[in-house]
Amino acid sequence: MVPKEKGRVAVAMSGGVDSSTAAALLKNDGYEVIGLTMHLWDQKLDDQEDMGRCCSPEDIRDARRVADQIGIPHYVVNLRQAFEEEVVNYFVEAYLSGRTPNPCIRCNDRIKFWRLLRKAEELGARALATGHYARIELDPLKERYVLRRGVDRNKDQSYFLFTMTQDQMARVLFPLGEKSKAEVRQQALKLGLRVARKRESQEICFIPDDNYRRFMEERKGKEIFRPGEIVNRQGKVLGFHRGLHSYTVGQRRGLGIAAPHPHYVLALDTCKNQVVAGRKEELMANGLIAGGVNWISFPKLEGKMEAWVQIRYRHPGALAVISPGDDGKVMVDLKIPQKAVTPGQAAVFYQGDEVLGGGWIEKAF
Amino acid sequence: MRRVYMDHNATTPVHPEVLAAMMPFFQDQFGNASSIHWAGREVKKYLDEAREKVAALLNASPEEVIFTGCGTESDNMAIKGVAFALRERGQHIITTQVEHHAVLHTCQFLEKIGYKVTYLPVDGDGLIDLEELRRSITDETVLITIMFANNETGTIFPVQEIGEIARERGVIFHTDSVQAVGKLPIDLQRLPVDILSLSGHKLYSPKGIGAQYIRKGTKMTSLIHGGAQERNRRAGTENIPYIIGLGKASEIALRDFQKRRTHLTALRDRLHQEFIQRIPHVQLNGHATQRLPNTLNLSFLYIEGESLLLNLDLEGIAVSSGSACTSGSLEPSHVLLAMGIPHEIAQSAIRFSLGWNNTEEDVDYVVEVLPRIVQRLRDISPLYHKMTSTVNT
Repeated sequence: MVPKEKGRVAVAMSGGVDSSTAAALLKNDGYEVIGLTMHLWDQKLDDQEDMGRCCSPEDIRDARRVADQIGIPHYVVNLRQAFEEEVVNYFVEAYLSGRTPNPCIRCNDRIKFWRLLRKAEELGARALATGHYARIELDPLKERYVLRRGVDRNKDQSYFLFTMTQDQMARVLFPLGEKSKAEVRQQALKLGLRVARKRESQEICFIPDDNYRRFMEERKGKEIFRPGEIVNRQGKVLGFHRGLHSYTVGQRRGLGIAAPHPHYVLALDTCKNQVVAGRKEELMANGLIAGGVNWISFPKLEGKMEAWVQIRYRHPGALAVISPGDDGKVMVDLKIPQKAVTPGQAAVFYQGDEVLGGGWIEKAF
Repeated sequence: MRRVYMDHNATTPVHPEVLAAMMPFFQDQFGNASSIHWAGREVKKYLDEAREKVAALLNASPEEVIFTGCGTESDNMAIKGVAFALRERGQHIITTQVEHHAVLHTCQFLEKIGYKVTYLPVDGDGLIDLEELRRSITDETVLITIMFANNETGTIFPVQEIGEIARERGVIFHTDSVQAVGKLPIDLQRLPVDILSLSGHKLYSPKGIGAQYIRKGTKMTSLIHGGAQERNRRAGTENIPYIIGLGKASEIALRDFQKRRTHLTALRDRLHQEFIQRIPHVQLNGHATQRLPNTLNLSFLYIEGESLLLNLDLEGIAVSSGSACTSGSLEPSHVLLAMGIPHEIAQSAIRFSLGWNNTEEDVDYVVEVLPRIVQRLRDISPLYHKMTSTVNT
């Protein structure tokens, strides 16, 4: 008999070692666990294609077999349409507008912690658990849920979770937050989980082989890749590009500019179909404006505040002063200029290991 | 936890008498029916007997019954077999929009290679317009393939009338009877049917065996070539144990027909009544009376059928929505959509299909569990809240 306080939880199982271990840990801990695997995407089944990571039929099968191994029910939840509309489309449109998107954050926001969470609720679960390396804690003084980095700083995935609301956090569990990746693999091996040695997925789950160009071409046709000019900030033409969507801010390779100093992409001008390039010094930004902001540690940013801002997943972070801007946006003044502040990426604000909140970078200044 | 299985239109357990009848043929009497020695001869007798039993269930002659690998194969054989055999005469086929995928996808395949197919629409009960069928027949029409009863709703088609229309115009009529055999009386001496397909595992025999009735004189190209088995219609060493099983199942179905029918109808109707009494906003999908005795397809409005299904599963109750073959993705059923049922209502449909071993206690259990789940899901359903709030103002 499962003790009443633990109750029923659903675990989002991707077929990977993290979520599999999370499910096993919860089960051993006395929860009544149900495994759910999202069916998000139909991989193209050409013989030569490398199957994209995540949610391929093999992954669904792996998740099901782990569920069998642990002894929990397992269901596949069809979220293909929502994923296509909310994540894939968002991704494509962002690139077409010259931004560099982060679809994983979007997937967490719209798919996992909304639609999948609702599904879990419909199944009578009091929470949805995932294998994210992050921690949710209830701060008794503030009477708010706070989000913290995972204990394993190298694996920490809190960056991808900045959109979480209080309501969601009350119903989500991160069983791996206090563990290191090494510990998790150990646990998986000890539990004899068949996926213990499975390779990590690194790419975007719906783009096989990391081949963004081919993906965009297939969706939008070759015409979107129109060659154009590469110019410097003064408008002088430095060279030509093969199509804006092959470039991202901070990129150095592929510019083909013959010059004494290396050049980097500073910005993408979709109106003029130009890549604006410049020297490394020009790539530095003193600050940024972020929109679509979500605050976790407090309901709203009331005044200026010091915070550590991460502008990319693998960015070490930079000290800044954040202040409320117009329309709920955030002004971020960097104490030390940072390289390649990229519109479309997320700016996530930390104090210590606590995630204050975050937003989407609109522009650098 | 109690387990209740109410998904017999998806598959059935093998009846104990069927299993017992099959056992000797795996190791003791294992011969190849085509062999001339004692091992072959001794099974040939049982093969003939099994054929007679299947024929008896359909009131047909044994020479008109052949065995296949499954119901889907029978459907494929009938449709492709007639299409290929008569391709000089014409290349038009008529079917309905609510057929099983074994029929629909076969027709779609034929379209890809140049055949024309008319997919007749259906009304709110799931029935075609017979006049429209008549009007669709042309000089090119070589086959009409229309199911006897629908697997999702249980709606029974007027096979007699359809057969007469086909006869009138000299068109071959195939009926996919996978769901009807054993549940409805079928008399092929009276019914103007040319080909009839059936499936073993819907009839309490194992998966991997099917049969087909082919009226004498019907031209059909074989799908599976090889030896001369099954009167050259379907090659392959006869699957004796399974054929024996199907024969036994047919015998039981015929023997216990009336008893089963009464039992199933009573259980199904009680299930229906109890739901209507305890749960508001429930809709029947399918014909009110012209329906298989065991099938009940209901939409529980304002909630997701998938959630209801999974919750029922967690309580040990096995039912389905849509057809089992497509349940990998749980999309709304093409049958319900063809009947004009709105998307959200089709999404909230659940099919209960009862079987020979369902009991009153099974019905009691489901009646106790399901309303609670529906209420809980409605409590967290935005659709339900919108509906109740507009009603209350």
